[in-house]
Amino acid sequence: MAVPLEIKKISETVWELPVTFRKGMRVPARIYATEKLLKSMDETVFEQAANVAKLPGILKYSYCMPDGHWGYGFPIGGVAAMDAETGVISPGGIGFDINCGMRLISTNLTYEQMQPHLTDLVDRLFQQIPCGVGCKGFVKISKNEFKRVVEQGAPWCVAQGYGWSEDLERTEEGGCMPGADAARVSEHAIERGFHQLGTLGSGNHYLEIQVAKPGNIFDKGLAAQFGITKPNQIVVMFHCGSRGFGHQVAADYLQIFLKVMKDKYGLDVEDRELACAPFNSPEGQDYFKAMKCAVNMAFANRQVILHRIREVFAEVFGKTPQELGMHQIYDVAHNIAKLEEHVIDGKKRKVLVHRKGSTRAFGPGMEGIPFIYRKTGQPVIIGGSMETGSYLLAGVEGSKETFCSTAHGSGRTMSRRKAREMFRGRQLQDDMRARGIYVHTASYAGLAEEAGSAYKSIDDVTAATEMAGISRRVARFVPIGNVKG
Amino acid sequence: MRLDIVSYFEFRAFYIMPYHYLDDVATADIAFEACGESKEELFIAAADALMNVMVEDLGTITERLRREVSVEAETFEMLLFQFLQEFIYYKDAEQLLLRAARIRFKEHKGMWMVTARAYGETLDPKKHPLNVDVKAVTMHQFAVSENRGQWKARVVLDI
Repeated sequence: MAVPLEIKKISETVWELPVTFRKGMRVPARIYATEKLLKSMDETVFEQAANVAKLPGILKYSYCMPDGHWGYGFPIGGVAAMDAETGVISPGGIGFDINCGMRLISTNLTYEQMQPHLTDLVDRLFQQIPCGVGCKGFVKISKNEFKRVVEQGAPWCVAQGYGWSEDLERTEEGGCMPGADAARVSEHAIERGFHQLGTLGSGNHYLEIQVAKPGNIFDKGLAAQFGITKPNQIVVMFHCGSRGFGHQVAADYLQIFLKVMKDKYGLDVEDRELACAPFNSPEGQDYFKAMKCAVNMAFANRQVILHRIREVFAEVFGKTPQELGMHQIYDVAHNIAKLEEHVIDGKKRKVLVHRKGSTRAFGPGMEGIPFIYRKTGQPVIIGGSMETGSYLLAGVEGSKETFCSTAHGSGRTMSRRKAREMFRGRQLQDDMRARGIYVHTASYAGLAEEAGSAYKSIDDVTAATEMAGISRRVARFVPIGNVKG
Repeated sequence: MRLDIVSYFEFRAFYIMPYHYLDDVATADIAFEACGESKEELFIAAADALMNVMVEDLGTITERLRREVSVEAETFEMLLFQFLQEFIYYKDAEQLLLRAARIRFKEHKGMWMVTARAYGETLDPKKHPLNVDVKAVTMHQFAVSENRGQWKARVVLDI
């Protein structure tokens, strides 16, 4: 992998590609990474970060987080804030899986209490939360009702009895982005999504039972405020998004934007996946309203999955979810665009922040995070590979430097096909079991593709975000049980 | 597969594997190159390449039902893009695993149209060895070309 010669070292963890790197760059690109992570990035990351820097209305820098890797148009780990008046919106800056995100739930169980039930629990979770290719969820609703779901998000679920009202307070946006309009969404999208509520999906989507070992707590005080108080405490983490619904919304608008971009708005981009339209245009606003529907679908999806998880735990342990202390810690989106207020050159401005494979990391005192986390900064949930572990971070004041954004995961370094050549699903499952991780998978081939060695080190990625001062480590969780789509 | 639907194109699609996957294009996703000696063959091969990402053995998809897949687009390239999107749509909307056959193209006043008869069956994890789900067809390096009667398409799928 070759790092471009033009790159300038700003600090140990910030690297800059100047506007002279590629013709047409409006702002420099900044890569947040240690030298080791920078050197492991594929060359396309630099090209893609530079392409994003050419988009109209982009402010300050085109950013790439430490887990950055090759994406479509935008790199994964890409962050771009656009001026809300003069800038563009690009579906490629959000990703096909709109509001793909992470949810973390605490329990009052310890590893010792979990161990005898682990296999049974994972098997039941696998049964109750459908995953894999073309799966259908347990929530049976009509297409019209589904339109209400995508406009109302997680609050719809809680009103139906799928969850607790405190879950909503502990979800980004309260589980619903206002302004979603189902009329901006195609029938195809509705038909792909209306029976997928409560499904995990496939690829790198998963549900894990994890342990917070005492040696893996970085900040005891913060961990306690987030609900991690016991040695070897069990938590549940899962990763999924808006399913076929969101994928169709993204694909539909990609085509619409490609049609109007050049002829109607005179916009030219390097890569068709960077298709965009002015944010303040009929097409731009339609997409934003449709995107919000997909965002809400994903919040609703994670909400009913949480409900299902609580049901399974209650069955297995013979106690209510309340008795098991199954409070949601937080839910974060890492593929999204949001209108936020940020201070630029001393002035407060409304900006449209695209985060593609990047998590919002609001620091202490910021508006928009739950009251209980006002003093701590928002929880940031970082999913690692199924073999290595995951992290809970907290947002910090310094994240203002990156429009309050940090990493989202570990980032792949090995292609899916290469991973399948190197690993055998069944063997991997046995090896992991011997190491104390029980996996129930919908596909052995799919399992092989998710082998831990196909990813960057999550420890390096999270450490880099802390060194760069854009988030801080609170706890590292080790997987012991995994439901793999 | 029943004999009455075996056409020359399908014969080629089954026995010659007119597509292959590309390793160095997409780290987190899957890219393929499909080819054919006609536009029809190309579309059948590309649909199979897409389905083969999700189903390990296409031979396990038997003809239980049919659907007519019909889309139109302003360019021939976008026609293939939309055609492939339809196979993803049927997989999610009706849990159908489909393979394309009998393809007809039309070009009229700057619009391209394709109609295909697709056959297949409802997805059944016990019968169909499943791999990973495809979220979408991407426009990244998406290309369709023809050279001396040889048609080629390069497609990157989002996983």
